[in-house]
Amino acid sequence: MGKTFSEKVFSAKAGREVRAGEIVTLEPDYILTHDNSAAILKKLPAIGVTRLKYPERAVIVLDHVTPAADSKHAANHKAIREFVAAQGIKHFYDVGFGVCHQVMVEEGFAYPGRLILGSDSHTPTAGAVGAFAAGIGRTETAGVWVTGGLWLRCPETVRLELTGRFQPHVSAKDLALAIIGRIGADGALYYAVEYAGEATEALDIADRMVLCNLAAEMGAKNGYFPPDTVTAQFLGEPDGKHAALHSDEDAEYVQKLGFDLSVLDAMVAAPHTVDNVKPVGELKGKHIDQALIGTCTNGRIEDIRTAAKVLTGRRVAASVRLLIFPASMKVYRQALEEGLVAPLVDAAAVWMNPGCGPCLGAHEGALAPGEVCLSTANRNFKGRMGDPNSEIYLASPATVAASAIAGKIASPREYF
Amino acid sequence: MGKVFKYGDDVNTDVLFPGKYTYTAMEPAEMAQHALEDLDPQFFKRVQPGDIIVAGKNFGCGSSREQAVLAPKYAGVAAVIAVSFARIFYRNCINSGLPALVLPDAARTLEDGDEAEVDLAAGVVRTSKGDFTFPPFPPEVQAILDAGGLIEYLREHYAK
Repeated sequence: MGKTFSEKVFSAKAGREVRAGEIVTLEPDYILTHDNSAAILKKLPAIGVTRLKYPERAVIVLDHVTPAADSKHAANHKAIREFVAAQGIKHFYDVGFGVCHQVMVEEGFAYPGRLILGSDSHTPTAGAVGAFAAGIGRTETAGVWVTGGLWLRCPETVRLELTGRFQPHVSAKDLALAIIGRIGADGALYYAVEYAGEATEALDIADRMVLCNLAAEMGAKNGYFPPDTVTAQFLGEPDGKHAALHSDEDAEYVQKLGFDLSVLDAMVAAPHTVDNVKPVGELKGKHIDQALIGTCTNGRIEDIRTAAKVLTGRRVAASVRLLIFPASMKVYRQALEEGLVAPLVDAAAVWMNPGCGPCLGAHEGALAPGEVCLSTANRNFKGRMGDPNSEIYLASPATVAASAIAGKIASPREYF
Repeated sequence: MGKVFKYGDDVNTDVLFPGKYTYTAMEPAEMAQHALEDLDPQFFKRVQPGDIIVAGKNFGCGSSREQAVLAPKYAGVAAVIAVSFARIFYRNCINSGLPALVLPDAARTLEDGDEAEVDLAAGVVRTSKGDFTFPPFPPEVQAILDAGGLIEYLREHYAK
């Protein structure tokens, strides 16, 4: 019996044969934290340890409430900077650099076959380039800092086989929402999600990041795209050297599901769960107050290009504020170079700093009671953007841009 | 015995502990006040030490935030029983020393206001609707629960 990718990574790290279902203690290549480092570092004195075992494996990115919204957040950031200096942590990215999951891929921490853990639920994003990346909690992150390792259960794998090509107005976000709508918010609970099929060759790294990011909303431990020529080009490395990190032909899967990209329409997740997914036509005309393009799900240059394609020469409706959060400063810089910033300013979009923005409801565009936001983010839970009586709908950058013009949920089809 | 607080499927971490407090409410007493705030606004007023949360599938889905476990724990919750758990929430329960039991029968049978208590050593949940047994945790997990949580476990093994 062959092995899945997860079984191969776990076996390589454990130094022995590991099969799905087994619990083993493994040392990750990198351990990612963000603003929550302030809470995690306080656990070291409680454990009775002062030094990180492997400071070179810690990656810390300030992104959640950046720049600090108030003095409490500022004090947290200050404590983190002092900790970084005291511990000699090299991989530290301060305010404005980017969203942590974008940084992991952009700065090369995510790499085929690496084991990456992070104290954030969207850590699986790094699976886009063939890493095994999973989210964990704060206390156990302190445990990884102190011991270098963590107990992990080798997951069973769900294989999603993708065929066909998207219609012009449809993208990876629509596919991810369609998958979640079909299998449910716990459809891949405890499992690894492996994307496969002939359609993957036409999905770029940005698309793959969306699909791995949203694996978290299927309940999955990680999402994974087998490294291929797209990965090799992205990494700037010759093709073929990562072949050993593919699942074997005769590997065992708990489930195989097929998705035909060519029949998909633009999709929207309605409040208050990510699996409450409908084709955009069913929600057409729903009034919106705020539109958001960005976050770790959809703040890449490809998403900004899409926004510019829809909005150039047009205007955001007077009743809507459109906020754009690039996923990193590199993305913003690229948008400047490509001339995408001015047309979006002219369209009355508001450019914000790289970071998580109002996705978690703390600042930079929180909602008032009764308001409705259409967002490219990954969660629409009740109260997430600041008020329990507000509503969040999730969609692709194309749908958000088209809806911002209309002042209500609208299909992007006419712009493509 | 404690009282049962019964909830449904896919209860997420945002309603267990709203994100807007994640970087400001740091102290146990303050965290406890926001427990289940957007799910059951009366929860903090009604909960007593030893009470038990019972829920449907995928309990604790969403963010990795540990306060979703710590807030109810600090409010007095002694255990969580569910049809299934979101994986990070489950890990956070173990690491915080809060027993999380995957017990679909008990989760479906117990109702709001029933009485229940968890006997970890005996592997049984005793309730006003009968007893429900559960298999032992894997040794790695049991060791953490035995220590009272991961911090305590690490202190025993790694403190210098």
